[in-house]
Amino acid sequence: MGDRFPRGRTAVAGAATFGLGEAPGFSTIELAARAVQGALADAGIALPEVDGLFIALPDDLFAGLSLAQYLGVHPRFTDNNRSGGASFMSHVVTAVMMLDAGYLDCAVIAYGSNQRSSGGRLSTPARSDRWEAPYAPLYPLSSYALAAARHMHQYGTTREQLAEVAVAARRWADTNPEAFAKGPLTIDDVLSARMISTPIGARDCCLVTDGAAALVLTRTDRARDLRRPPVPVLGAAAATWHNAISQSADLTVTAAAESGPRAMAMAGVTPAEIDVVQLYDAFTINTVLFLEDLGFCAKGEGGAFVSGGGIAPGGRLAVNTNGGGLSCCHPGMYGLFAMVEAVRQLRGEAANPIAGAELALAHGNGGTLSAQATVIFGSAATV
Amino acid sequence: MSGAAQHWDEALAAGRLLLQRPVGGGAAVFPPREFAPGSGAALEWFEPSGRGTVYSVTWVQRRPPEAPYNVVLVDLAEGVRMMGRVEGVGEDGLQIGMAVTARIVAAGPDGAPLVVFDPLPEGTR
Repeated sequence: MGDRFPRGRTAVAGAATFGLGEAPGFSTIELAARAVQGALADAGIALPEVDGLFIALPDDLFAGLSLAQYLGVHPRFTDNNRSGGASFMSHVVTAVMMLDAGYLDCAVIAYGSNQRSSGGRLSTPARSDRWEAPYAPLYPLSSYALAAARHMHQYGTTREQLAEVAVAARRWADTNPEAFAKGPLTIDDVLSARMISTPIGARDCCLVTDGAAALVLTRTDRARDLRRPPVPVLGAAAATWHNAISQSADLTVTAAAESGPRAMAMAGVTPAEIDVVQLYDAFTINTVLFLEDLGFCAKGEGGAFVSGGGIAPGGRLAVNTNGGGLSCCHPGMYGLFAMVEAVRQLRGEAANPIAGAELALAHGNGGTLSAQATVIFGSAATV
Repeated sequence: MSGAAQHWDEALAAGRLLLQRPVGGGAAVFPPREFAPGSGAALEWFEPSGRGTVYSVTWVQRRPPEAPYNVVLVDLAEGVRMMGRVEGVGEDGLQIGMAVTARIVAAGPDGAPLVVFDPLPEGTR
């Protein structure tokens, strides 16, 4: 048994972002709360109706409790999942099950971070473990560098191909008013940027921004009576194979190779049917790995897949249509922002709309290519 | 009586690199566990050959004049993977697939023992 999923029976009823880019003067909980306010207004749901809170904050290990207190609600359940940037996709799994079971009626998933304004660097309580720390890898960057180096060695992937990922993200961001990093970016710009931990240079890395996001989920029958078109959840799966990068059996294959097929099986869809793809691109290698692991191309062919503007506007697949973590925003844990963009695409309200999009995939990554979680959203017509 | 990690630390301090393996045979285990991951089988300690192969490598850049340093993943001949660094090589002299051998050094201000790796001559495994 396992993986029984209530396909389409729950839906996103509201979505919002707040303070993307720079939000000086705000605390993380303030940013998260403002995003919740926006998502509830979007759904047309009043605050007292919220009975489930799902949140992870960079600086508050008891964030579920803090958010309940801040919002002034008495949730039946709080979930403070800490699987890094994949936490929010895991939240969807739990929220969907609890809503469908009737344990909850209205679930809110939220995130907020002021890492750009407060420190200017990635805000995370996570560290290298005791078996890795003595060798001083940059956490988490060097872990991804080790994966990129291995992928290059094993499959001939080049730095130019990785740079294509950053350039494509920038081209999507250029036409997204919400995106933080805009303007010309060439392959050469990426290649000549300051090297940090070979083969990852500064332009292979996601942004450090502030920002908050929130989703409101209800059962689909209720969502149909609300303000906005419901965006049903068709499938959602989380997979974890390790924590530390040194314990990954194969640095060229992530647990997305499990979470993706499981989520797509629940949804009854294949990669070829997905219209728009949102991937957690903490580093350029992530996008290549996830395109392969999720089945959009064969293992080892991700570099060729993204080449020649393959995932840029007008390319073979619409990937990270908001500009992603590389050029739209990266407030420390990006997973929720990928889902907000997926929802906006299916509602036809994205800054870079993909015409006729009916199926969207959002994929979250946590830790050092450790936790992987995939969510498939559909339009109302897919249920 | 202690946890497996403390036992490993004490052995390393005494100059011995230890791994574990299931008592009845099976894949070697690192980092140290209380029982075999995946199966729960009882484990015993053994001393590996110390030989391994570089599985991946990154050079962490620093502000000049500080030189870059390497961080590697090494697959030991016995089948486990460890993070480490390779001593005495520059960026051109360290490749994935290179044969290395483990050595225990005193590292850090407190002189804590640390496993590092030295290159082996070409053709050795």
